[in-house]
Amino acid sequence: MSKYNKVFAYVALTIIGIIMVFPFLWMISTSLKTGVDIYSPSIIPKSVTLNNYARVIEDSNFLVWFKNSFVVAGITTVSVLCFDTLVGYTFAKLPFRGKNFLFIIVLSTLMIPTEMLIIPWYMMSNTLGWINTYWSLLFPGLTSAFGIFMMRQFFMGVPDDILEAGRIDGLSEFGIFLRTAMPMVKPAMSALGIFTFLGNWNAFLWPVIAVDKPDIYTLPVGLALFSGESYNQWDLVMAAASLATIPVLIVFFFFQKQIIEGIHMTGLKA
Amino acid sequence: MKLSIKGRQSMWAYIFISAPMLFFLCIRIYPALYAFNVSLHKWDLLSKNKPFVFLDNFMDLFHDQVFKASLINTGKYILFAVPIGLALSLGIAMLLNSITKGASVYRMVVFIPYVTSIVAVSWVWRWMFMKQGGLINNVIGLFGISRQPFLDSTSQAIYVVISNIIWQALGFYTIIFLAGLKQVPKTYYEAAMIDGASPWQKFKNITIPLLNPTIVYLSVMATIQTLQVFTQVFNITSGGQGIAGGPLNSTVSVVLYIYQLAFVNYKMGYASAATVVLFIIILTISLFQMKVLDKKYDN
Repeated sequence: MSKYNKVFAYVALTIIGIIMVFPFLWMISTSLKTGVDIYSPSIIPKSVTLNNYARVIEDSNFLVWFKNSFVVAGITTVSVLCFDTLVGYTFAKLPFRGKNFLFIIVLSTLMIPTEMLIIPWYMMSNTLGWINTYWSLLFPGLTSAFGIFMMRQFFMGVPDDILEAGRIDGLSEFGIFLRTAMPMVKPAMSALGIFTFLGNWNAFLWPVIAVDKPDIYTLPVGLALFSGESYNQWDLVMAAASLATIPVLIVFFFFQKQIIEGIHMTGLKA
Repeated sequence: MKLSIKGRQSMWAYIFISAPMLFFLCIRIYPALYAFNVSLHKWDLLSKNKPFVFLDNFMDLFHDQVFKASLINTGKYILFAVPIGLALSLGIAMLLNSITKGASVYRMVVFIPYVTSIVAVSWVWRWMFMKQGGLINNVIGLFGISRQPFLDSTSQAIYVVISNIIWQALGFYTIIFLAGLKQVPKTYYEAAMIDGASPWQKFKNITIPLLNPTIVYLSVMATIQTLQVFTQVFNITSGGQGIAGGPLNSTVSVVLYIYQLAFVNYKMGYASAATVVLFIIILTISLFQMKVLDKKYDN
């Protein structure tokens, strides 16, 4: 009985696995095809060509978009990690007047949907001349209320005695945070870092509004507009989609343990 | 001047939080209030006059057929994507929980779509569901089924988008369910087995009740996320000129319509009114969630 169940589980999971992976295989398969072969239902290309990739890189600013996404997601992640850990620590461990009130204010901003903010952000960026700059892509994400909330939860678990010991050793308040408290929440920080990076790397709604010059597009914006312009040239569109996807897949293979553990931490703490 | 330890600590606390607090004030709170203000004006970005019209924008939204369509479509996205996505992922999580060898490989495979760019996979979907030459039509053709219009059809296009939403979110739900399942003590199932309970009885009387907090949490989260669906709709169903929303607005979502109003037509006041409506819906769901979750803690 149990043996049949096991067999059933493996068969079912294998079918599901194929469904989950197949679109990626089809994407790569089409990107390697040429001519009318792209319309054939065979996943093995008649002849393999890397021409489509070369054309995407030549005809578009693909590498620039890649760099832009990397810079924007990277700076945002560093900023979120710095501010959210420090503020999370402050709310968890330092006494000060108005703490609860300020914390509720931070939390209440979680209720505001991004969609409500994009119009004011756009008008603001317009007035201040930020449109089509890195700064316009960056500024909305520099700290996150969710990250502060999450880091506060983790810092609450750090025993006060350890911080007190640092104080007796004569460390400054910032030193206590940096040397004693922060090393104890490193797993939480890496989870927050990974998700901030991924979220910004894949972000679309705000970037598609904030920039309209091809040399400042992020990867998702560039990919969307390139695909729209190359409509019906599916070998090209799939090559572009592959170029955008494959690096993420490679990184995912290396970090999958941290990413999935990170979901446990971030997803369940909320 | 000498401060006590407490005084010094609170001084540093204010220094540590000052910049982020300023950020929240300028980048979150003030813009949110500003959006309310804009929603009460006829605020055309290009015209000089921006008269105060009080609730006129909201009245107009009431009679706006496209807005109505976007609300109904968004309801459809939620109604299909959330229950199907949660049921499928619970099934996958239970399968994963029942095996040991290779579980981490399967888990990874199911999770891959969640980390990849929505824009990229949206275009893969679009290609697979092409009427002419798309893979799905080619394959169902082999079984003698006639060519389906999919994205060209007012009735089918939305389901193509829904299938993409489900496929992409499945891995995330599965991971959360799996964590929930791991918390269910094995002894419960063993006791049930001794009592001669059928698999269905075990599922109904042990798994579901014990997973209830996870189910509530995921339903609320998935509902709020799907309520804000934009990228998939924008990329899978945009027309030749980049105006998205499917044939006859059959896939347009609330956020996509807001985007079109604000950044294609520059009707900032009207679009802001729509964002206020969205805000109220999300707030209602969040408050509902707090109520339901609070009840759980009381037990």
